[in-house]
Amino acid sequence: MKIGVVTFPGSLDDVDAQRAVTFAGGEAVALWHDQHDLKGVDAVVLPGGFSYGDYLRCGAISRFSPIMTEVVEAAGKGMPVLGICNGFQILCESHLLPGALLRNDQRKFVCRDQLLRIENNKTPWTSDYDERAEITVVLKNGEGKYVADEDTLDRLEGEGRVVARYLDVNPNGSLRDIAGITNEAGNVVGLMPHPEHAVEDLTGPGTEGLGFFTSAVSALLRA
Amino acid sequence: MARVVVDVMLKPEILDPQGKAVAGALPRLGVHGVTDVRQGKRFELEVDEMTDERLAEIHDIAEKLLSNPVIEDYTVHVEQDA
Repeated sequence: MKIGVVTFPGSLDDVDAQRAVTFAGGEAVALWHDQHDLKGVDAVVLPGGFSYGDYLRCGAISRFSPIMTEVVEAAGKGMPVLGICNGFQILCESHLLPGALLRNDQRKFVCRDQLLRIENNKTPWTSDYDERAEITVVLKNGEGKYVADEDTLDRLEGEGRVVARYLDVNPNGSLRDIAGITNEAGNVVGLMPHPEHAVEDLTGPGTEGLGFFTSAVSALLRA
Repeated sequence: MARVVVDVMLKPEILDPQGKAVAGALPRLGVHGVTDVRQGKRFELEVDEMTDERLAEIHDIAEKLLSNPVIEDYTVHVEQDA
């Protein structure tokens, strides 16, 4: 099962995402922002970081990278796509997901081990988690406050499209404690915290993030 | 030659932490009469010739790239026309 990880200029967590894919039993494929080529992958991860230096708005310029044409097209055909942190911002700017991400309400960059509840375990990125599973992964962002208008938020809640929610602490002022959402079809997931930093005991707060990647590998095996 | 100015501001209902930070610094300068600050972006686009078509293109750029209509509003005006 080949899972591609796109590297944009300024991506930081692409190598960690590749390792997480490998740990989950998948084959990680490095993809380059400047190529119109998904190299035959079965799923795509847009990793965290500061693509294009966050110039203009986070993700605003990456959205127009050559490879995003392919990612948007493949997502439309049902390919599983996971955007983490900056990847989530790129998915929102690409209109693959509704809403936008703003500067944290308390104005500080936040880095902490964050408790989440998996609210939707039907997506290809969360199917290995139990219903309403509570997991701890790393959260690190400066612009992680999820916003959308009330109608959109109500629709997301009503359709079960809130994938993960912050528990205990809302670290950035996200509306309705939203940490991650999915699109109507359920194949595109955006997540502000970083499951790829919680896949081994040595370097993270545990291994509870690995489920995002094993879920994708299982989903692709079933497909 | 003409210069077209696009101003992009966060929508009024969106919290602007950068503006709040600026407002918070004002008392340190001894300024107390300013009750609120909101921060936006100004883009200056130089164009060879101003036509209706060009203006439509600039509106398109403003909507698709320079602003995010989910959270921001923009205005376009032609600053000089020589």
